[in-house]
Amino acid sequence: MKTPSGWRSGDGALWLSTGAVTLTLLLTVTLLVLLGRVGFGHFWPEPLATFTFDPATGQPPVVAARREHSTFALAEGGMEARTLLRTGNRDTAPPDFRWVADASLRSARFDPAAIELERRSWGPALGLLAPPEAPAADRAALAARQWARLEGALTLPPQARSGTLTLYGADGSARPLPLAEVVRAWRPNAMNLQDKLSLYFSRIGAFISEPPREANTEGGIFPALFGTVLMVMLMTVVVTPVGVVAALYLHEYAPQGPLTQMLRIAVNNLAGVPSIVYGVFGLGFFVYLVGGSLDRAFFADTLPAPTFGTPGLLWASLTLALLTLPVMIVATEEGLSRIPRQLREASLALGATRFETIRHIILPQALPAVLTGVILAVARGAGEVAPLMLVGVVKLAPELPLDGTFPFLHLDRQFMHLGFHIYDLAFQSPNVEAARPLVYASALLLVLMIVLLNLGAVLLRAYLRGRHRDPLG
Amino acid sequence: MTDIPTLTFDPADTCLNVEQLSVSYDGKAALREVSLTVPRHRVTAFIGPSGCGKSTLLRSFNRMNDLIRGVEVTGHIQLFGEDILAPEVDVTVLRRRIGMVFQQPNPFPMSVFDNVAYGLRLQGLSDQRALEREVEWALRSAALWDEVKDRLEASALTLSGGQQQRLVIARAIAIRPEVLLLDEPASALDPISTLKIEELIGQLAEAYSIIVVTHNMQQAARVSDYTAFLYLGELVEFSATDDLFTRPQARQTEDYITGRYG
Repeated sequence: MKTPSGWRSGDGALWLSTGAVTLTLLLTVTLLVLLGRVGFGHFWPEPLATFTFDPATGQPPVVAARREHSTFALAEGGMEARTLLRTGNRDTAPPDFRWVADASLRSARFDPAAIELERRSWGPALGLLAPPEAPAADRAALAARQWARLEGALTLPPQARSGTLTLYGADGSARPLPLAEVVRAWRPNAMNLQDKLSLYFSRIGAFISEPPREANTEGGIFPALFGTVLMVMLMTVVVTPVGVVAALYLHEYAPQGPLTQMLRIAVNNLAGVPSIVYGVFGLGFFVYLVGGSLDRAFFADTLPAPTFGTPGLLWASLTLALLTLPVMIVATEEGLSRIPRQLREASLALGATRFETIRHIILPQALPAVLTGVILAVARGAGEVAPLMLVGVVKLAPELPLDGTFPFLHLDRQFMHLGFHIYDLAFQSPNVEAARPLVYASALLLVLMIVLLNLGAVLLRAYLRGRHRDPLG
Repeated sequence: MTDIPTLTFDPADTCLNVEQLSVSYDGKAALREVSLTVPRHRVTAFIGPSGCGKSTLLRSFNRMNDLIRGVEVTGHIQLFGEDILAPEVDVTVLRRRIGMVFQQPNPFPMSVFDNVAYGLRLQGLSDQRALEREVEWALRSAALWDEVKDRLEASALTLSGGQQQRLVIARAIAIRPEVLLLDEPASALDPISTLKIEELIGQLAEAYSIIVVTHNMQQAARVSDYTAFLYLGELVEFSATDDLFTRPQARQTEDYITGRYG
């Protein structure tokens, strides 16, 4: 006997398959690490330095944080190393991000009186709590006094705060900053690790739980997170029963002939239709036709202002349900075909009707497959952006689609969506550098949200599968 | 073959009466003009080589063949004088009167209790006391009660193959059918379990008319009162089991039971 060698030995196939898995894992981990590092690194309090420049450039000194370092090719030939400084103060000293040549940098001094303030408008303010040129003892005392006043003010609601904080620039200029404007403040150079950690997590918490400010470049993403979860849930509620019933028809009721086979192929092909086509269909059919008809029938008194004849949560959910329907049907049918014929026969032989057999035997057995379908549908639906732009997602929704006023769930409202939020931050933002870390953070949150939703379904499926497992297989 | 006399029974002792039954699948004949009568409260065995139509005949009695596409059935079957092939017959009612046990043990993936209670619940019995009483009765009748009485809530799939088959029999008799069809009930089981099933068949014959399909001639000889031999879709011989195995009338029967083919 000769041992098979070469490709026939199977070693090659083993290496190929492990290689494919390794590559997939590597890419996934890289993506998540990148998203996490850039996105969630943003919330770590960056050290603030007072930078001074070569007098020949005429640049005044500035309080800033180092963001990035890169090498640029110059038009006149050669390369130049530059640093991206985040200087904030978009209102008084724009721009808030600037590239400076490393060669022009003279010194960077980390002043314990340096402070960063998150404001209600105009983005962060960076500066010093005491004038840079004063004697050290006076500076420390002034900085401590101002900080104490700020901390006291921050415990009050904004409208109850009065007075101003004097913020000094690196060039010695002073300007008043109303305390009511401040959201959060920290002195990164004077913080220990514990302070930094607690600030880090409180900023992440705020990012997740607060509405956005200033064209989405500041504040949180709560409405987008909420809108995404709500829309995915509504979508699941619609797509699951419809998909299951369709799969039941195809597998249990329809005569298995060429016609059914064609129907099945058609369903499979639907999964390959570009999602924007679903968006256009949703706009034309759901919004204009169905919504418009609803308006004419029930909300005629408010016309021409539309109620349902306009993009909204309901239409977006329905459009996505349509988009994920093929996935659901295919997964469920797969599960139905795995149920042994003997079980059906056993039930029918006991005098059960076809419906009773489906209800008591087939459906409980197919439930894990249905949940697989839900998992796939959620993953597909939650990540969709293109069709949503046409049927209900907006850059900024003033109200959540779920609130305390009747009827609580406002299906006609437009809503925010993480996927669209990412697109908006990345490509539509007036302030690209300010929005960039938020793009990464939002993307990571979207991934985490899908993982979480799926985890729930996976656990439920594992539970259902485990209930009546044959110990031998 | 018409020269081979088949058995007939007094109408009062006749359970099923089959007349000129032909079954074909997609035009391919599986049964050709089979006529026989099945006695009441006796064990009748159908034997024959694979593909002889014995399972098709069995599945005609509770109209499980209806589920197969392209099936065509002609002829008549009467259950205690009622035509059961008539289109207006409610098959769910028919299947409650004629229970069936399949070759592979096929308990539902539910608890032991729920398996036996399934048919009862379908009939609308929901009172827990009554259910418990009926389930115990069925399990006792299937000689399984002592083995499972402490684990009624355990999944039926944790039982052994032989126990599963007796559970399936309990499930079938729980709804108190008049006839019990057994389609090679022991062919997937070990010898000990087979023996238990055979003993059970003997006990059940006191209360039910039993038809058992088997390709195991010794089994047919052991458990049945009457035996029908089918070959290539036709009924070759039907007589008392002792007669069929000791004095076969037809040449084909003799060849089969002596092991010359099949």
